Amino acid sequence: MRFGFDDDQIEIQRTATALLEARSALDRVRENAEAGTDDNGLWTELCELGWPGIAISEDFGGQGFGLVELAILLEQAGRTLPAVPLLPTATAALAIQTAGSDEQKERWLPGLATGEISGAIGVAVNGRCEVAACAPTAAVAVLFDEEGGARLVDLADALVEPVDTIDPTRRYSSIEGPGVELPGDTDAAFDRAISAMSAELTGVASRATELAVAYVKDRKQFGTPVGAYQAVAHMCAGMLLGTESSRSASYHAAWAADADESKLSEAAAVAHIASVEGARDVTSACIQAHGGIGFTWEADPHWFYKRAQLDAQLLGGTSESRARLADSIADRVGAADEADED
Amino acid sequence: MDLTFSEEETEFRDELRAWLDANHPGEEPAGDENAEFAWRVEWQQRLNEGGWAGVHWPVEYGGRGATLMQSAIFFEELGRSRSPLPGNGLGLLLAGPTIMAWGTDEQKDRYLNPILSAEEIWCQGFSEPEAGSDLASLKTMAVRDGDDWVINGQKVWTSAAQWSKWCMLVARTDSDAPKHKGLSYFLMDMEQEGVEVRPLKQMTGGTEFNELFIKDARISNDNLVGGEGNGWMVALTTLMNERSGLAFFLQVRTRQLLEDLFGYANESGKIHDPCVADKLAGFYTRAEVLRLTAYRGLTQIERYGQPGPEGALTKWMWSSLNQDVTQYAADLIGPEAITSDSHWSYELMRARGNTIEGGTSEILKNIVAERVLGLPRK
Repeated sequence: MRFGFDDDQIEIQRTATALLEARSALDRVRENAEAGTDDNGLWTELCELGWPGIAISEDFGGQGFGLVELAILLEQAGRTLPAVPLLPTATAALAIQTAGSDEQKERWLPGLATGEISGAIGVAVNGRCEVAACAPTAAVAVLFDEEGGARLVDLADALVEPVDTIDPTRRYSSIEGPGVELPGDTDAAFDRAISAMSAELTGVASRATELAVAYVKDRKQFGTPVGAYQAVAHMCAGMLLGTESSRSASYHAAWAADADESKLSEAAAVAHIASVEGARDVTSACIQAHGGIGFTWEADPHWFYKRAQLDAQLLGGTSESRARLADSIADRVGAADEADED
Repeated sequence: MDLTFSEEETEFRDELRAWLDANHPGEEPAGDENAEFAWRVEWQQRLNEGGWAGVHWPVEYGGRGATLMQSAIFFEELGRSRSPLPGNGLGLLLAGPTIMAWGTDEQKDRYLNPILSAEEIWCQGFSEPEAGSDLASLKTMAVRDGDDWVINGQKVWTSAAQWSKWCMLVARTDSDAPKHKGLSYFLMDMEQEGVEVRPLKQMTGGTEFNELFIKDARISNDNLVGGEGNGWMVALTTLMNERSGLAFFLQVRTRQLLEDLFGYANESGKIHDPCVADKLAGFYTRAEVLRLTAYRGLTQIERYGQPGPEGALTKWMWSSLNQDVTQYAADLIGPEAITSDSHWSYELMRARGNTIEGGTSEILKNIVAERVLGLPRK
């Protein structure tokens, strides 16, 4: 039971942190968000580093690492909100790798892994996805449905229309069109997708905490930094609790995906719930900690709040994960009780 | 990142599980606190005979020399098997490690072994009526008189004092020195006239803790630990020990309460109510996050020798979760859960103390804000 990263992972984390902090500073995030643009230069650079394919097998042009390494990158992406389709591309690829046919893998993975094409993810109801994380140039989408299946949609054959959401830091679209089923274990694919997303949300919560703490140390009222007031200090302590809860759950889910498939289903549901609730609460508190300034467009907390709100729905709400988790635990407890009676 | 146990750790766990299966202390005697305590003392004696009492104690002091991880496994398995904490828990977790760290060779020879065997029970005399979270403002005085110190004052929340032979006592030896600096740490014999123990009845009706009235009690200078004026430093060792192993025991107990609640929801069919399932899943998520965060804290200590932010968060997480789970149990189970002497009514009331004992949640939030986030103090 050791959560420490190995040397490779520490190096990946260090590189990702330094690169994204430099290249996706908050004024850059604002620039892209306000103009509705993608950061193509940065995306090219990240693709050259192999980021979209970090968890994809080398047989398909990826780096051959796992979800833990992808989670490390996504956490930093959540901290810095670069205008690049990293989560959707990496996650679409991961879903195809997990549940796709050989033919589907050969057709799509090399392009996604190298970033030559980008991917989209979302949830479809009656064949239509209202809001997919989707760059305008995305080539392929993986859409999960309520019945636990997943379809692969070639976006060249689909109707893709931009959707203005409350989150301008990333591009979103509706998708409607024919697709083909991913024939493999789509539950495992979905669990990997929500685990990956929980890493991004951990980064979102983490940065919101950093921003709030820095602000309340600096901002003075009645001659005192507002962070010295316990009502404010305790709110910040609660932000750390939300962030670290999300982080614990997200690391565990990523590890389970790589090392112990039998634990993945519950771990992913826990990560989904903890990270969505953590990030929504923490980003909301971040705005509160900033006071009136926090509610303005000019301040940065709202980017993180909005991303948390979008991620919270991107792969379905947490009610589904709660229902699934309750079923799973109830079955386990029921089976143990029966064994005791025998 | 490897979230499995190593081969040695798995072996350790399996050996312990087998031992706990074969030696389980059985049902807790109901209703009588003296009998319950005697049962826990017997339990410690059995643990000691099996070599499991001082799991985290070094081999040279009669312990098993377990690693931090093994010690966590020990407390987790103890909880999982629904065994109680050993009767002399304060001796094992607090007094022993403090004496090992600060005591003289004579003190180690004299005190450590009877702690392990539970021949001598220990209590902790830190808190006072005017000094709860603000420990540095203790008023109990120790005045030198020849080879002895003479103690006068009052202590409160002293668990197990009614059964204790010894008390870890922090008292003021220099009233002119600044708050932290005038304190010293003593080992006080409880069996003397100057020490009066009065049980404090809790809202549960039980008397887990007591008040100590100390009037002209005497402590030999040989029983000073860590030197005069170093009481604050010595006490900190004790307080740091208090939180580590126990966290793993407590998180498992809460998890069991939650599993019992799942069991009840299964049997009653209430699990099919989506509102119930939704609530229970939320609690399970928090229980799982607590377990994982406790292990993250352990990784941090193993790697860097000191606890990271996780350590300060787990007690807060656990106490609020335990309260929420027991409160929801009362909702779900209904009248039985608020009937005197029912298991759930006890759990509900006992949980109320969780956010106070061992550091209130308010103080823990201050610690997180000041020491982890670096926020200014007012």
